[in-house]
Amino acid sequence: MKTGMNILLVGVGGQGTILASKILSHVALAQGWDVKMSEIHGMAQRGGSVVTQVRLGEKVYSPIIEPGEADIIVGFEKLEAYRWTHMLRPGGTMIVNDQKIEPLPVLIGAAAYPEGIIEAIGERVNSLTVVPALDLAAKLGNPKAANVVLMGVLASVMDIARETWDAALAARVPARFLELNQRAFAAGFDYRDGKEA
Amino acid sequence: MKTLLTGNEAIARGAYEYGVSVAAAYPGTPSTEILENIAKYPEIYCQWSPNEKVAMEVGIGAAIAGARTIVTMKHVGVNVAADPLFTAAYTGVRGGLVLVSADDPGMHSSQNEQDNRNYAPFAKIPMLEPSDSQEAKDMVKLALDMSERFDTPVLLRITTRIAHSQSLVELGEPMERAVEPYKKDAKKYVMIPAYARTRRLFIEERDKQLADFSETVEVNRVEMRDPSFGIVTSGVSYQYVREAFPDASVLRLGMTHPLPKEKIADFAEAVDVLFVVEELDPYLEDRIRAMGIEVIGKSILPAYGELSVNLVKKQILAVLGVIGEPGEDASGEAAAASDSDSAEDSGACGCDCACDEAAACATQPGESSRAAEPFDAPIRPPVMCPGCPHRGVFYILRELRLVVSGDIGCYTLGTMAPLEAMDTCICMGASISGALGMEKANPDLARRLVSVIGDSTFLHSGVTGLMDIVYNGGTSTVLILDNSITAMTGHQHNPSTGQTLMGKEAPVVDFVALAKALGVKRVVEVDPLDLDRVKAVLKEEVAAPEPSVIITRRPCALIVKNTEKALECVGCKGCKACLRIGCPALSFDKATRKVVVNSALCTGCGLCAQLCMFDALRKAGE
Repeated sequence: MKTGMNILLVGVGGQGTILASKILSHVALAQGWDVKMSEIHGMAQRGGSVVTQVRLGEKVYSPIIEPGEADIIVGFEKLEAYRWTHMLRPGGTMIVNDQKIEPLPVLIGAAAYPEGIIEAIGERVNSLTVVPALDLAAKLGNPKAANVVLMGVLASVMDIARETWDAALAARVPARFLELNQRAFAAGFDYRDGKEA
Repeated sequence: MKTLLTGNEAIARGAYEYGVSVAAAYPGTPSTEILENIAKYPEIYCQWSPNEKVAMEVGIGAAIAGARTIVTMKHVGVNVAADPLFTAAYTGVRGGLVLVSADDPGMHSSQNEQDNRNYAPFAKIPMLEPSDSQEAKDMVKLALDMSERFDTPVLLRITTRIAHSQSLVELGEPMERAVEPYKKDAKKYVMIPAYARTRRLFIEERDKQLADFSETVEVNRVEMRDPSFGIVTSGVSYQYVREAFPDASVLRLGMTHPLPKEKIADFAEAVDVLFVVEELDPYLEDRIRAMGIEVIGKSILPAYGELSVNLVKKQILAVLGVIGEPGEDASGEAAAASDSDSAEDSGACGCDCACDEAAACATQPGESSRAAEPFDAPIRPPVMCPGCPHRGVFYILRELRLVVSGDIGCYTLGTMAPLEAMDTCICMGASISGALGMEKANPDLARRLVSVIGDSTFLHSGVTGLMDIVYNGGTSTVLILDNSITAMTGHQHNPSTGQTLMGKEAPVVDFVALAKALGVKRVVEVDPLDLDRVKAVLKEEVAAPEPSVIITRRPCALIVKNTEKALECVGCKGCKACLRIGCPALSFDKATRKVVVNSALCTGCGLCAQLCMFDALRKAGE
């Protein structure tokens, strides 16, 4: 890994970005890195946009990632990925859950959900992985594990030993859900092989 | 062992490790999690108080009784607590007393972004500002020690980025929680004018001692590097400065009232150009300039919103002549930096170069040095949840075209499209008293005027407003939206919920009896999911030429275990009447021209079915 790494997790309130960021920071700590993680709460529970910023490195000062400086963006919902694409650095990696959650202005007909989001992101981002995380999780028995599927995909693009991720999962996920989440993580981790968009 | 903690968790941990016995607060973002985490340590007595003034007074009482005490609130809460705070500055303490003010630059979840550093000189109490979670924990100890040593409350001022950012913290063992034996000392704790005058002189002496202390305290630290320019900074801005200019000389101020004037003057002397980097008001800058020292601050950095590494870097480099002129409208840049930054904000290159090279890069911006323009994406505002008991009430308020004096809570979302049923929202409790003022100014409003307030906000500061309506002959209608919890901040208990912060059962405030005791004769309870009834009651009460209270009673949709079946839409005519209620579980399929119910979101509350003229929305399977 280079001297520092900026990872942005974006989604919609209730999608489980918080657990995902906990797993990620656990992994970073296990690597012996300095970590800062920042999230804005408040009204997130009420279906708003949710952004978690994770910065890793030997020494991290600011808890905030600047536009154009994220190394990896994980979009838990595609409109949110689209909204935050400008945060990615040139040459950065983007992982997008191909799930659509319409915001209220769209639901009531006051705004339109943009067409061709994935294509538009793809034109800007060379390294884009689109993941049907909800379907993968549903097939494993619980659509709520979509967040952990995405963490599996993230793990597959990061240079960190698989065992470290497994240990983080075991430490952060309640025991009764661990088995499901391990399978969800594996589904994400193996997804990338030969299927990059 | 090092653990990743938010600033709020670190402050709670500090309270645990450094002998705090009593903690009080009213929830408010971004401060709420401090008390929620203190509640995990059964050694500490903790409580939600009905409002910040009460919390402050509980804290002052506990400190006078000899306990180490912490009181926490959001920035606007300090306005509520200011009255007792300003006199506690006179009485001083016996056990250490720390007031945490969590400010919200950028207004992520607040109605204003006041800079509470101003409270420290105003109230004449010392102030500390941590720049990460470790310091947040350490400064709890420093604040408690200072409080006891100098006999004063201490302000620990944090911002959203400290409160809600996680960084590494070294955990320690808790010290013994000792409470000083009580001793009566009326001349110190009874602030009649004669005694207060003596204490006023004590404050002058204390201020001098604190100013001396500020010169030597370790948290005020000179980091001498390249002397060609120096930066004075505090709080999270310190982190931005360190990242933007790793080689710059920095005077890091952890204690920002009283200021270490000698240290500042010496530092100014040692560098060629002096900058101040601080969020919000020119608090440090004005004081440094008043010392006769030339300093550059708000002329290049905005006095509102949050700062960022790139903004600080770009503006200072411009002054130093490394790159062009400073941006003329720095404030516009800050606004952009705090939500969706524009390309211009990214002055640094994308590589991992050190600051000097970054400056070089910035003079020759290549493609890779710039962030792309954001895509134009529809906003995703927070909304009332599916099944929210407030939704239907706002639908009816709008239908009846009433003037709605609003308040602070989830129900403030009633101002958003498509409900758009709120005329004003100022601060906690202002709905009811504001309505009285509107009626007195324009009596014609009285017969179409309602104030809307939640259970927790009513108990916070609505009760006195209602008392005033009765006392001063107001005739408007007060709607208490009782959802049995303080919902907006994440479900904290209050005196109407039957439970305390420490998990004990508690008596429940009887809103009907309370309103009647205040002198309201017309008090009606109604189920907010029964729209016809809500409408009939509202019409009747608003028409009545005397004060009335309507209590809508339904628990928050997020705290009840929902057993209702989701609705389904069969035989939709595409009139979209149901969409006017703004439920996230309903959407319109343009292809089929029919409304679709998202069964994963629908709670089966049935509000939409009450709006459907064609009986198309029903419980699944019915």
